[in-house]
Amino acid sequence: MAKLKPHLWVIVTGLVVGAAAVLLTALGNPGNMGFCIACFIRDIAGGVKMHTAPVVQYVRPEIIGIVLGAMAMALIGGEFKSKGGSAPVSRFVLGFFVMVGALMFLGCPLRMVIRLGGGDGNALFGLLGFAAGVWCGTIFLNKGFSFKRAYNMPKLEGYALPAINVVLFVLLVAGAGVLAFSEKGPGSMRAPVIAALVAGLVVGALAQKSRLCMAGGIRDAILLKDFHLLWGFIAIFAAVLVGNLILGKFKAGFDGQPVAFNTLVSGNFLWAFLGMFLVGVASVLLGGCPLRQLILAGSGSSDATVAVLGMTVGAAFCHNFGFASSGDGTTANGHIAVIVGIIVTLIIAFTNCQKADD
Amino acid sequence: MTKVDARGYACPQPVIMTKKALEKNGAPVTVLVDDNAPLENVTRYATNAGFKVSHKDLGGGEFEISIK
Repeated sequence: MAKLKPHLWVIVTGLVVGAAAVLLTALGNPGNMGFCIACFIRDIAGGVKMHTAPVVQYVRPEIIGIVLGAMAMALIGGEFKSKGGSAPVSRFVLGFFVMVGALMFLGCPLRMVIRLGGGDGNALFGLLGFAAGVWCGTIFLNKGFSFKRAYNMPKLEGYALPAINVVLFVLLVAGAGVLAFSEKGPGSMRAPVIAALVAGLVVGALAQKSRLCMAGGIRDAILLKDFHLLWGFIAIFAAVLVGNLILGKFKAGFDGQPVAFNTLVSGNFLWAFLGMFLVGVASVLLGGCPLRQLILAGSGSSDATVAVLGMTVGAAFCHNFGFASSGDGTTANGHIAVIVGIIVTLIIAFTNCQKADD
Repeated sequence: MTKVDARGYACPQPVIMTKKALEKNGAPVTVLVDDNAPLENVTRYATNAGFKVSHKDLGGGEFEISIK
């Protein structure tokens, strides 16, 4: 047990995230989607009518809670700092393509772990792709990839995303008719607002304190032989698995998994792999997975805020131009978008590698 | 004494900069950071690598980590 002690916070955070995910699904969220940062940002993009896919429109209180919970914990811990100016446009573009990759697979790295814990075998191809992408990202880090440093920014910069989320929450509870709400499909499956908000606040606060990050876990294990963050990853999986077994929701297999396509038909496994490969590389370049970007944005990073805005616009494009997969499978437009995303991400990676003494 | 100025860099950059400095010149190395996350990460990395690590709070959220 003494060996686990330095990892206590990240393990506790992982267990809470996993338990909250199972609970939120039991309370009404879609299957294996207690949390999904990509899907929920996509739902929010639909809720504010940036896209009009009728099945995925809802301003998710989980996201609002995560951002505000992270902000509260950062303020309490004296870690809230308005900083930015480190390659904002490249970060926007990477955020955009993180979303393209995630909506090809149908989940962010966090939902990938949650899907695995629910028995969804299709997520194995996502995990393989994600790990390969993170590994590819670490090669660039070793070659000197850097977006250069961030600088202090006016206070308002750091409070931008929390402020946007407060406005979204007000519109959600009091904005009669302003926002769009799905009447069927995943966007219509919702845990009660208060439960979702509280779960988000708790997860946001804990993840800020423990630095939980899906991409960081694999990255540090490969790059530094440091398994600290990977413990959080494992804890989420364990909590989701046990929670699903207790509630009788565990269902192992590939076919008919909730909000997922069968990877064993028509070469779809390749696209699940490539989608998460894109997410893996781009997340390493950004310095963290979508969850971590939300947490950093809540802690005052305007660079992370720009990445989140990129993800939001990316989500709108995914549904306006038919990139996003569905339970029926992937789309040809999505295949093109993922390939373009991988090429653009590699160009960004190559062009930001500095020489050793730069 | 090698000095690494990792202020403003997002993780894992400060850790990689520290790792490279240690590989190139060996200890001692001092690392300047301006956030708690890189402070924790650089400390964890150097401790795991077998070095003696301490830090000074320079105020204004900046820390000087010394690795011996």
